Amino acid sequence: MVPVTVVFTRESVPLDDQEKLPFTVVHEREIPLKYKMKIKCRFQKAYRRALDHEEEALSSGIVQGTGREAEAMLAEPQEQAEGSLTVYVISEHSSLLPQDMMSYIGPKRTAVVRGIMHREAFNIIGRRIVQIAQAMSLTEDVLAAALADHLPEDKWSSDKRRPLKSSLGYEITFSLLNPDPRSHDVHWDIEGAVRRYVQPFLNALSVAGNFSVDSQILYYAMLGVNPRFDPASSSYYLDMHSLPHVINPVESRLGSSAASLYPVLNFLLYVPELAHSPLYIQDKDGAPVATNAFHSPRWGGIMIYNVDSKAYNGSELPVRVEVDMVRVMEVFLAQLRLLFGIAQPHVPPKCLLSGPKSEGLMTWELDRLLWARSVENLATATTTLTSLAQLLGKISNIVIKDDVASEVYRAVAAVQKAAEELASGHLASAFVASQEAVTSSERAFFDPSLLHLLYFPDDQKFAIYIPLFLPMAVPILLSLVKIFLETRKSWKKPEKVD
Amino acid sequence: MAAAMPLALVVLLLLGPGGPALAEPPRDSLREELVITPLPSGDVAATFQFRTRWDSELQRKGDTDHYFLRYAVLPREVVCTENLTPWKKLLPCSSKAGLSVLLKADRLFHTSYHSQAVHIRPVCRNTRCTSISWELRQTLSVVFDAFITGQGKKDWSLFRMFSRTLTEPCPLASESRVYVDITNYSQDNETLEVNPPPTTTYQDVILGTRRTYAVYDLLDRAMINNSRNLNLQLKWKKPPENEAPLVPFLHAQRYVSGYGLQKGELSTLLYNTHPYRAFPVLLLDSVPWYLRLYVHTLTITSKGKENKPSYIHYQPAQDRLQPHLLEMLIQLPANSVTKVSIQFERALLKWTEYTPDPNHGFYVSPSVLSALVPSMVAAKPVDWEESPLFNTLFPVSDGSSYFVRLYTEPLLVNLPTPDFSMPYNVICLTCTVVAVCYGSFYNLLTRTFHIEEPSTGGLAKRLANLIRRARGVPPL
Repeated sequence: MVPVTVVFTRESVPLDDQEKLPFTVVHEREIPLKYKMKIKCRFQKAYRRALDHEEEALSSGIVQGTGREAEAMLAEPQEQAEGSLTVYVISEHSSLLPQDMMSYIGPKRTAVVRGIMHREAFNIIGRRIVQIAQAMSLTEDVLAAALADHLPEDKWSSDKRRPLKSSLGYEITFSLLNPDPRSHDVHWDIEGAVRRYVQPFLNALSVAGNFSVDSQILYYAMLGVNPRFDPASSSYYLDMHSLPHVINPVESRLGSSAASLYPVLNFLLYVPELAHSPLYIQDKDGAPVATNAFHSPRWGGIMIYNVDSKAYNGSELPVRVEVDMVRVMEVFLAQLRLLFGIAQPHVPPKCLLSGPKSEGLMTWELDRLLWARSVENLATATTTLTSLAQLLGKISNIVIKDDVASEVYRAVAAVQKAAEELASGHLASAFVASQEAVTSSERAFFDPSLLHLLYFPDDQKFAIYIPLFLPMAVPILLSLVKIFLETRKSWKKPEKVD
Repeated sequence: MAAAMPLALVVLLLLGPGGPALAEPPRDSLREELVITPLPSGDVAATFQFRTRWDSELQRKGDTDHYFLRYAVLPREVVCTENLTPWKKLLPCSSKAGLSVLLKADRLFHTSYHSQAVHIRPVCRNTRCTSISWELRQTLSVVFDAFITGQGKKDWSLFRMFSRTLTEPCPLASESRVYVDITNYSQDNETLEVNPPPTTTYQDVILGTRRTYAVYDLLDRAMINNSRNLNLQLKWKKPPENEAPLVPFLHAQRYVSGYGLQKGELSTLLYNTHPYRAFPVLLLDSVPWYLRLYVHTLTITSKGKENKPSYIHYQPAQDRLQPHLLEMLIQLPANSVTKVSIQFERALLKWTEYTPDPNHGFYVSPSVLSALVPSMVAAKPVDWEESPLFNTLFPVSDGSSYFVRLYTEPLLVNLPTPDFSMPYNVICLTCTVVAVCYGSFYNLLTRTFHIEEPSTGGLAKRLANLIRRARGVPPL
């Protein structure tokens, strides 16, 4: 459930409508997914009148107003809870928004919508608000992408770029690949760049997990593909179809899977060798890509940094190259957003989307991520527990210890709590509960003590007892048969006689 | 997979402060070295050393106490290509340039001795040690056998040893050198000839004796430009005299004695061959828990008399948790043999704790000897930057002694091994006995007897009559 607070200013709707404030409207929608699975999405709108300081802030917006200054003045004293939205309805002729824009979505869980003086004002405005709320929180594709692992392949998952699987933390590695140290002496100030650009972004995302960042420089690391020469622009290019083959030979030298609990995201910066400079990536139309970079879902991204040809004039090899970290970090942060699944929201028409904050992440984008993650976590936890139950049904030999049982109980309780919290709209506690559910269920499922007695097959027990009991049993059985036959004979005899 | 998205929406990062501050990044340096030592038996020993030094402060989360030593050993494991590959990955120019080009696994493991090591330690940057840098040293030593690798010929070259030659130096290395030990052969060029002739030589006191080395610097352009590659050749003009190699001042042996599978005795012999100097030796023994040591039988004798160690630390073993730890500081008198012996009893393990091949035996890890051995010739104090790497692995502050760490051989000890086929035997025997005895008793007890008419015919009787007729005996 998404709680939405709708605040009406003085001239936004007709007066008699304003008399009806405050009240609450609930708008529910069912999103069908697949195989009779549905997700119910509820938007609870609480309408109220604007308070005085809000009126002031909204009416004093600057004429060409992007609305940002007004919003800064609207700084609510209390922090909005995660997952909730606040929509301000202003008058139809207000100059806060540019003339042709009907609404505006701000970076901090607020939005501004033009009101209308009409009899059906609430209905019309209600629909607009629902559109905006959907853009800012949950839509079908977000949920489908989150559940992509648990749904069978179909049109939803195959061409959606899959975001990263939900995990407790991530390790981000920045690598500089220099295949030709004889020609290029490359230096990059990665520490400063991470501190200035990456760390604020990760701090904003810190609710979603623990992040750790490291970096390395690799020499003599070649890409697996030979670039082709394009005589028209006298440069080398990498075809879009050869891009999948680039990563594999480099992967073994990255050392990414060596020692980390969490999934690893690799960002590589490749400085092509002198013989293959400059190097561009071509998309399917044959035009060079603007940023000269590409990314692979669930793995990371690669950017090619061409050394300026002016640097070669007059100096002997190796040429000192100082990497422009701003250009590089722009690309890497954009790729990081894509890898996490923070994609462009589907905005309603005539809506102005504000620019993001300096960290690179708007607050409601984080909320969307948390909604998707909670749903994914719940699905994973339920799948794990169901598989464990099915396994126990099939193999009766497994011994479940007490602590494994308590983990299972804890997982079930966490799943229920997470579902309740999601239904009541408390996003933060729902996310925490869902993470706990996943951890407990995995701990119960992968416990090594489950395998202890697995290899004690039944035929070994037979092999031990049969040589002992069979020779003993045979004479007993034979004499039982004999007794039975004699008794039957003795029954027949008196009959015959009598 | 796709190309990157247009950045119109996300260009926001220019809010960072100003332009990039060009702080000089911390200096990392790499030095590499190869030392080739021809041995009088015709074999040749080669030692690689790579040193990477970082000047940046690596974060240390919480200061660990440096006085705690953690010692772990796997005596059964043999070093092979799986260990060489990740070791090579730590080198920046791995296998592509510089001295690491020579590290080919199929030649390096075709040797009579192979040893690899990785050392990481903090080093002080100046004499007052106000800042530290971290040093990673990788060493690899091999001894090529004249008969196995050399096929009987005693002429050596880089190509013969490693199947590669040196082509270019590593662009990241600040120093890249090859040293050839020509101590005994430098005066006359008639025993050993080194090709191409060295331009410089280096003399220093290494491990207590004065040695001379021929130096080839790969970073020197004249060295490689002439012939495009460097293939050092060692040719013996006269066959090397089979003189016995110089006995080192400290060496040790270890063995297990005794008979049967119940008791035994573990003995370590320490030899001090210095003619007039006695020096102390620190002996560290880690014996697994299934050899139960009797510490009251620990005896140390030198030259027939009892030798009391100046320091003993003993930590007894706990079954299945912790091995014995015995550490002693023993003073070795000059020109003597010291015997350290201790008796033990072999324990019987639980049947699930035996390895799949228990009759091979169980390994006992080697003991470690550390000593400051007095040197024949006084050495100058070591300068970190100028000295070659092989001199700075264990530097000492005063030149009158040098540090040595020796490992004795690992031992193979047989433990009383049960017969693992016994459960099967027991089942078979018991079942047979029960079946036969019980079955017969039961039959006897419950058999009912009928009177039977004698049968006139029958195959057996006819056969018997046939035989009687043949014998001439009246039929039945």
